[in-house]
Amino acid sequence: MVSSNPTLVAIVRLSLAVSLTASLIAAVVGMPLGALLALTRFPGRAMLVVLFNAMMGLPPVVVGLAVYLLLSRTGPLGTMGILFTPAAMIMAQTILIVPIIAALTRQTVEDLWFDYRDELNAMEVGPARRIATLLWDARYSLVTTLLAGFGRAIAEVGAVMIVGGNIDGFTRTMTTAIALETSKGDLPLAMGLGLVLVGIVLAINAMAWAARLWSERQAG
Amino acid sequence: MQNRIQSLALALGLSIVTMAAPAFSQEKSIVVASTTSTQDSGLFGYLLPLFKAKTGIDVKVIAQGTGQALDTARRGDADVVFVHARSQEEKFMSEGFGVKRFDVMYNDFVLIGPASDPAGVKGSKDVSAALKTIQAKAAPFVSRGDKSGTHFAELALWKDAGIDIATTKGPWYREIGQGMGAALSTANAMNGYVLSDRGTWLSFKNRGDLVIAVEGDKRMFNQYGVILVNPDKFPSVKKELGQAFVDWLISPEGQNVIANYKIDGQQLFFPNAEKKAS
Repeated sequence: MVSSNPTLVAIVRLSLAVSLTASLIAAVVGMPLGALLALTRFPGRAMLVVLFNAMMGLPPVVVGLAVYLLLSRTGPLGTMGILFTPAAMIMAQTILIVPIIAALTRQTVEDLWFDYRDELNAMEVGPARRIATLLWDARYSLVTTLLAGFGRAIAEVGAVMIVGGNIDGFTRTMTTAIALETSKGDLPLAMGLGLVLVGIVLAINAMAWAARLWSERQAG
Repeated sequence: MQNRIQSLALALGLSIVTMAAPAFSQEKSIVVASTTSTQDSGLFGYLLPLFKAKTGIDVKVIAQGTGQALDTARRGDADVVFVHARSQEEKFMSEGFGVKRFDVMYNDFVLIGPASDPAGVKGSKDVSAALKTIQAKAAPFVSRGDKSGTHFAELALWKDAGIDIATTKGPWYREIGQGMGAALSTANAMNGYVLSDRGTWLSFKNRGDLVIAVEGDKRMFNQYGVILVNPDKFPSVKKELGQAFVDWLISPEGQNVIANYKIDGQQLFFPNAEKKAS
């Protein structure tokens, strides 16, 4: 059933496309942000650190609602007309996981900073260069950070349901399909879809692990 | 390192472009805010491909409760609403959010209950008497509690039975704030009674011990209506495409398609469009 069903393939593809895109955007935004937060000292920094840590627990349904109100025709970004499209889903998931990636990156980079501080200070490099160096050297740990963000995105149902609308063949993801089949009382199908989702997440994590081993070996 | 960052940025850019593409290539598509019953019963899955084959218009259905669907349209986020709560639809019209309301089809509500029938109402054709008995015996009753068409219908039936449910409800009356399927599953789990539209009931797969307790009362009539959202309120409404969908639903062809939709040989919806708006 699983391999021969084009609807299921499309649903899996959309889930992956939305959550991977959101994870990548969140990484591009969140990782430098986290590193910056790790390296700089300014008044209110502690508060910001706590805020990012707390926002790792943002309820998806709240993010979904906020993005819905933003993108609704009567909302501030209504003219974009992207409510109930994959673009809106990417936006909601990105907002959801930027704090996760930023908070975890900050911790990783901060730990690394203690080892590198003297060296980087001696080299007298600018802040942008420092951030780039530290992020690069922390890349193996940051893969786990990226996976944490991706895991959150692919698993959530609250945000994509609200801003995507669970439209058949257009914005239906694995999780919204599971919610729908559960509500229709087709529990075996819902459970089957759930197992497919878990399998996919497992496969992606395994690939990330393999990639890490491979590149560590390449680096010697 | 610079190269890797560049290729990452390139991959990212490409994935955004490919994701955004469908969002901007939806010339011939409309958003219809409708109810869980029309989707969960499988009607849309049967009807929309036929409509698309005929007109090339892609219909994107957001399945919500009637109250939520009308609110989605009130924010300008849908082109057409296809719902089932006459009083709510008329309110929507009087607020100026709709162009015209058309009857499309009907079916009926059924009172579902456990086969063991703790309230002893099975086989009755008098829904008022059945509800009175359920209340008197404090038998578990699951209410949608979500401002859906079925929820409004349930509240009207309590009122018809002379029961002010808002003030007399006890722990036996459980408002779950969820869709029809979830309400049926909950009734199944707690051996309770629940009002359902017949379409969802027929296509529902997790019935357990549930059976139809009361059916055939005229008061359990369930009318569906379709409304094009007013383009004067929201210029973003796809007037022509939305109107084409409304016109097709109430045309002899669309009505015929609705009549032909069956589950296990049983017709789910009965077309009753008239050519005039109400």
